[in-house]
Amino acid sequence: MVGFFKSVLRYGAVILVMGLLWKAAALALGGVILPHPEDAVAALARAMTTGRFWEHFMASAWRATAGMALAWITAFPLGLVMGFMKRVDAVLAPFVFLTYPVPKIVLLPVFLLLLGLGDGSKIVMIALILGYQILVTTRDGVRSIHPKYFDSVRSLGGSRTDVLREVLLPAALPHGFTALRLGTGVSVAVLFFVESFATTRGLGYMIMDAWGAMDYLTMFTGILGMSIMGAALYEVANILERRACKWMFLRSKG
Amino acid sequence: MLTAEFLYKSYGGKAVLEDVSFDLGQEETLAVVGPSGCGKTSLLYLLGGLSSPDAGRVLLRGASVTRPTPDISIILQDYGLLPWRTVIDNVALGLKLHGTGRAERREKARAQLAELGITGRDLDYPANLSGGEQQRVAIARAFVTSPRLMLLDEPFSSLDALTREQLQRTLLDVWRKRRIPYVLVTHSLEEAVMLGKRIMVMSGRPAHPVAFFDNPGFGDANIRDTEACFSLLKDIRHTVEDVW
Repeated sequence: MVGFFKSVLRYGAVILVMGLLWKAAALALGGVILPHPEDAVAALARAMTTGRFWEHFMASAWRATAGMALAWITAFPLGLVMGFMKRVDAVLAPFVFLTYPVPKIVLLPVFLLLLGLGDGSKIVMIALILGYQILVTTRDGVRSIHPKYFDSVRSLGGSRTDVLREVLLPAALPHGFTALRLGTGVSVAVLFFVESFATTRGLGYMIMDAWGAMDYLTMFTGILGMSIMGAALYEVANILERRACKWMFLRSKG
Repeated sequence: MLTAEFLYKSYGGKAVLEDVSFDLGQEETLAVVGPSGCGKTSLLYLLGGLSSPDAGRVLLRGASVTRPTPDISIILQDYGLLPWRTVIDNVALGLKLHGTGRAERREKARAQLAELGITGRDLDYPANLSGGEQQRVAIARAFVTSPRLMLLDEPFSSLDALTREQLQRTLLDVWRKRRIPYVLVTHSLEEAVMLGKRIMVMSGRPAHPVAFFDNPGFGDANIRDTEACFSLLKDIRHTVEDVW
């Protein structure tokens, strides 16, 4: 509970500072292109009473969440296997590291052609970009596990499966969750980009549509909506990490 | 009970252990002393079946040890506790891996922890414990499976002097009750005299036994204050000065 209030206080302080900076910038720019923060917040509050806003919000939330989940369930196990099994790593690592620097976002037109204009192409795009981060972080994390933990389970008569369950999985989880948590920002950025094309639903569409119509208050409503969604996803990933890796957040007695 | 025959082990073409042979009788304890990095841990890994010798063999009650077995418990350096498991789950891990049911293994683990003076810490994680407490948990984990042989790899080396002495006494107390033979590896001559009924002095790399000493005062909690202890330590030190 203390942690929850600390989080609220932290967010409150950040929102206050950002609001003051925003207000100063709006005053400097005349309040047209950059609306005053109180006007944008009022517009957001009004939008939140409409079904249309929530339709956009939920479409975006679904795509981001599904993309992150798909990235996790494919990349985390693959990272485990690559980190643990040197032979598999020897085969797959060159593919991963040669394609890692390639900006995957340029493949969006290909995915639109292959998977259609619906949610599938957008979800796969997010999963692909985030998946690389989870894969590489998990694989490197597994390789950094101290051998004494493997010896510890083996010395007790543990099989390879026991080592996987008792050491590999719990030791790799923090790495996978850290990549997921840090990847929420990337996911929302990719979401905005993929929603700029071939769709009429989602906060990304809402922002770009309002921008085209020079309706800056609605544009900022979308931006604020996307910020709230990004913060919520980050916090969910944070809570999952703290629940699944409780031992990581202890103070060592030494 | 335990027999090591002509053990030879090398890593990357460099011999680490060479011609290591000894016996350990029932209810006996053996302290192995050698300079740091001489291959004592490698020897313990061979004895526990965690690695295989290039030549020679290890026999436990006449059966060859080629892999870890429930008959042998090993306490690794730095305790070897899993930081993501609670105290009770760490102690019960060996039982879990051998198929003991949850309730039974927790009951046994709790009883073993109590025997070693750890109570009410079941749901703590190793990071919540002091070094001495972590070592007690590691000892509890090793004893809870009722092994036929214990192997201890410098178990008290990272503890302060007072805690080390307390835990040495604790280990002796448990040994007196259970009489489980053990091989203890250490670089401390004093610890070897405190905990070894026999003491094997190893050379530097490639390590091999250079001398065995019997310790008639073994089991006496006040052995440190006895003339026999000083005399034995002096003899071992003379040997060590020649070969280390």
